[in-house]
Amino acid sequence: MSEIKRRTFLKGSMAGGLLAVAAGAGLLRPTQVMAAQWPDSAFNARSVDVAINSLYGSSNIIDSKAIKIRAPLQAENGAKVPIQVLTDMPVDSISVFIKENVMPLAGRANLKNASGFFSTRIKMAKSSDVIAVVKSNGKLHSAKLAIKVTVGGCGG
Amino acid sequence: MARKTKIRTRMQGGKVEVLILVTHPMETGLRSDKKTKQKIPAHFIQTVDVALNGKSMASAELGIGISTNPLLGFRLNSAKNGDKLQVKWKDNQGETGVIDSKVDL
Repeated sequence: MSEIKRRTFLKGSMAGGLLAVAAGAGLLRPTQVMAAQWPDSAFNARSVDVAINSLYGSSNIIDSKAIKIRAPLQAENGAKVPIQVLTDMPVDSISVFIKENVMPLAGRANLKNASGFFSTRIKMAKSSDVIAVVKSNGKLHSAKLAIKVTVGGCGG
Repeated sequence: MARKTKIRTRMQGGKVEVLILVTHPMETGLRSDKKTKQKIPAHFIQTVDVALNGKSMASAELGIGISTNPLLGFRLNSAKNGDKLQVKWKDNQGETGVIDSKVDL
């Protein structure tokens, strides 16, 4: 992504507060949702708690040391922050939330037949806690990591 | 527009890691065009499915918090060289992609 586009994205994200009202009224909801299983209310949720509740139907979460989040503590480019979530627990799914984003839920990986690992690159509007939620044997576990995003800095 | 998809496999942490890279704008729907002040419509991948020898092993639901040209990594418990991999994705505008590949460790 070019530098200019990234700026626009960041600005757009900051203007998100105003958009919240419109989206709440359903104006911004992606209208052509094709996949029946795509949990649109969870992705459109404006806070981590609401998103988790909508995605899993529960907000009873245990903090867990058995989940590792690997990511740079300081990201130079908020449009592309690499992140890995690892756990040795038997996993149903792993989901990733970025607390300060307008829509915190970044994605969920369903891993019943796979290993407890999910990696991707996320967009971050600004420095934020990143929260990983792991569903294991019907219970929710979570871990979080604060990632700093440098905007226009020298990468410290 | 044709999308490029790259699939790579490697051994990592004792598992078979599958890395998937799709060239896709992952437009959030929150940005506006600077000149025209028009909203740029959302356009992003919503679902991805990874199948090994025809059996679904992992899938993901993605939102606008995933970066442009998304890179996704999954780890399979077991797979051997030459096993068939198929990755399917679908975005919010109904565009789909199906990519066949093989496990190559």
